[in-house]
Amino acid sequence: MADLDTFRAETRDWLAANCPAEMRQPIASDADVCWGGRNAALTAPQRAWLDAMGARGWTVPEWPTEYGGGGLSKDEAKVLAQEMRAIGARTPLASFGIWMLGPALLKYGSEAQKHEHLPKIARGEIRWCQGYSEPGAGSDLASLRTSAVIDGDDYIVNGQKVWTSYADKADWIFCLVRTDPAAPKHLGISFLLFDMASPGVSTSPIKLISGYSPFCQTFFDDVRVPRANLMGTAGKGWDIAKYLLTHEREMIGDLDDGRRSLSQIAVKALGEAGVAPLRTDIVRHEINALAFGLTMERVKDEARAGQGTGALSSMLKYYGTELNKQRQELLMSVAGSDGLAWEGDGELDLSRHWLRSRANSIEGGTSEVQLNIIAKRVLQLPGA
Amino acid sequence: MALVLTDDQTMVRDSADAFFAGEAPVGELRRLRDAGDATGFDRGLWAKMAEMGFAGMLVPEAHGGSGFGYVAAGLVQEAAGRNLSPSPLLSTAILAATALIRGGTPEQQAQYLPQIAQGERLFALAADEAARHAPHHVATRAEASGNGFKLNGTKGFVLDGHVADTLIVAARTGGSDDDRDGITLFLVDAHAAGVTTARRSMVDSRNAAAVTMTDVQVDGADVLGEVGGGWAVLDRVLDAGRSALAAEMLGVAGESFTRTVDYLRQREQFGVKIGSFQALQHRAAHLFCEVELARSATLRALVALDADEERVPLFASLAKAKAGEVAKLATDEGVQMHGGIGMTDDFDIGFFMKRARAARETFGDLAFHGDRLASLMGY
Repeated sequence: MADLDTFRAETRDWLAANCPAEMRQPIASDADVCWGGRNAALTAPQRAWLDAMGARGWTVPEWPTEYGGGGLSKDEAKVLAQEMRAIGARTPLASFGIWMLGPALLKYGSEAQKHEHLPKIARGEIRWCQGYSEPGAGSDLASLRTSAVIDGDDYIVNGQKVWTSYADKADWIFCLVRTDPAAPKHLGISFLLFDMASPGVSTSPIKLISGYSPFCQTFFDDVRVPRANLMGTAGKGWDIAKYLLTHEREMIGDLDDGRRSLSQIAVKALGEAGVAPLRTDIVRHEINALAFGLTMERVKDEARAGQGTGALSSMLKYYGTELNKQRQELLMSVAGSDGLAWEGDGELDLSRHWLRSRANSIEGGTSEVQLNIIAKRVLQLPGA
Repeated sequence: MALVLTDDQTMVRDSADAFFAGEAPVGELRRLRDAGDATGFDRGLWAKMAEMGFAGMLVPEAHGGSGFGYVAAGLVQEAAGRNLSPSPLLSTAILAATALIRGGTPEQQAQYLPQIAQGERLFALAADEAARHAPHHVATRAEASGNGFKLNGTKGFVLDGHVADTLIVAARTGGSDDDRDGITLFLVDAHAAGVTTARRSMVDSRNAAAVTMTDVQVDGADVLGEVGGGWAVLDRVLDAGRSALAAEMLGVAGESFTRTVDYLRQREQFGVKIGSFQALQHRAAHLFCEVELARSATLRALVALDADEERVPLFASLAKAKAGEVAKLATDEGVQMHGGIGMTDDFDIGFFMKRARAARETFGDLAFHGDRLASLMGY
């Protein structure tokens, strides 16, 4: 406990000295989120904050130091998070490499792969994207058809992915491919890592109902990928895919990104004409939001204490995304006609975020798929 | 404070689970109801509960309890909730113990706390007067008289008031009927001259009483806390009760859920288990999530009570509101998914629905606590 107090004091001092003032401001727009990568256009404070945290491995506090992580214990990592929250420090690096690929690499990657990729993820040098969904493989992900055929020391990859988040901005892709078309669908899948700059890779953004294009179609036309870039065993890619999905679910379900709560917004807004009738709706949403936040906290505390109940990522994904959709709906209601703005001056984020949030319960496995998983794995209900 | 159980708390949970499942399963409640038992619980069971230490969870060791605290007491409540075991646990071990610990003089504590831990004296909180929970609405009057006070008024919904030895009465020594200032708490002998109690049997087979006080003489030494400053103690006593009820409702919801999922795995229609139908699977899976949320909110309220946090009111209201809604959903779904058999008195699931309804109503429902939460959060 004394060690933890010392760590807290040192961390507080270090953050005070190294977190730029600009990085202690609340995130106001998507441009404030720092994604890193070869082509990252960072402001000077973003760069300074990322480099300082990356050098200490504190972008990934619990990863081992030999792979560029901070080597912190779970308790120390919690202290770091608390101290960052206390000064309003932004997350230095948003990264699918950290949230999704990293945990899978640590579990399934070869030593060479870990040493090659993890430090670059930790320092924000390489931005990753996820090649999972295909036009014919959405909820039924395992029916994917992108093929990888062995040719000497390489795989030749052909096919198409869809809903690839930020594929047009990513440097590398972790990609599910079919290496054995004769095997049952779950057993013919492999997990490949490759450079998006490889000849034969192209991307095309998809415009959403929100007007934004966070997703792409990604095409592979005779892309050569060294066989050394296979992660895990050929034909066992589905196990890795599922493991990674549990991390993706937790990421999407986790609402704790420092945004103002609806209650904080209500304090101000309820004085305005016409808003008072929303008070009951707002507080009932807040009851669920608070209870959900406490559940996230409890799940983490239990994991830290080795008491994990397990299989909760589907619950967090399902409930968290449904809550966020409700939240966006209520924000629109509070804003009234101001929330309808689409073009021109003023607040345009509301309508676009509201529309964007509709995808939360679709991406990363629909709410219905999450409920299927809970029914099957947690409740052990019989198959249809 | 992490939201995980300590080893001591895990031990309490395991022993409470085993105790209530073994000694006071749902069949016991059915037996008491069918016998028309006027006490509504088994005094022998209460003595055993005291022996197990369940009555003294909040009572400090110096007064013969274990001092394990609210999280541990909540685990006992949850186990009692799972088995629908009726007992004076809430009235005596939670409400009265909290009132004496927060507001009692050393003499009052020395007299009563050991009796609570040993299960020797039953208490009842006589606070609410209106049919809907409105604790600051106190029309019962206490006027200075002799070396004490004279009480006049009626309390409508006094849990365990029909068996209590001692009443904790909220009466007004100043201010008008809806003021928070001017409320004073009194320890009143339930058999004193001028006290009449009328038992009221309720939908959940438990009992409350309407208590009428006519010129009841109370000694000055029986004031609990400060004259005119009873609200702070009463508010905390109620928050302790709300959190304990949340824990009980968590048990009610959890057990109703478990029984329902078991039924989905066994019951066959159209030649298959009904649990294979996606329409039912999704509702069961949603319910699973809701029970987990209720558990987190409840645990947080109990942790806040143990640490005497400033945000006790916020977390107690959150827990009561959330656990109440989840208990409603779990018991509604329980009856619906059991189909026709769920509507029969022979089957136990209806008992859970009845208890959930009564527990939700006690010390504030969703509307009450939603309003309180919004106010606490500044809107």
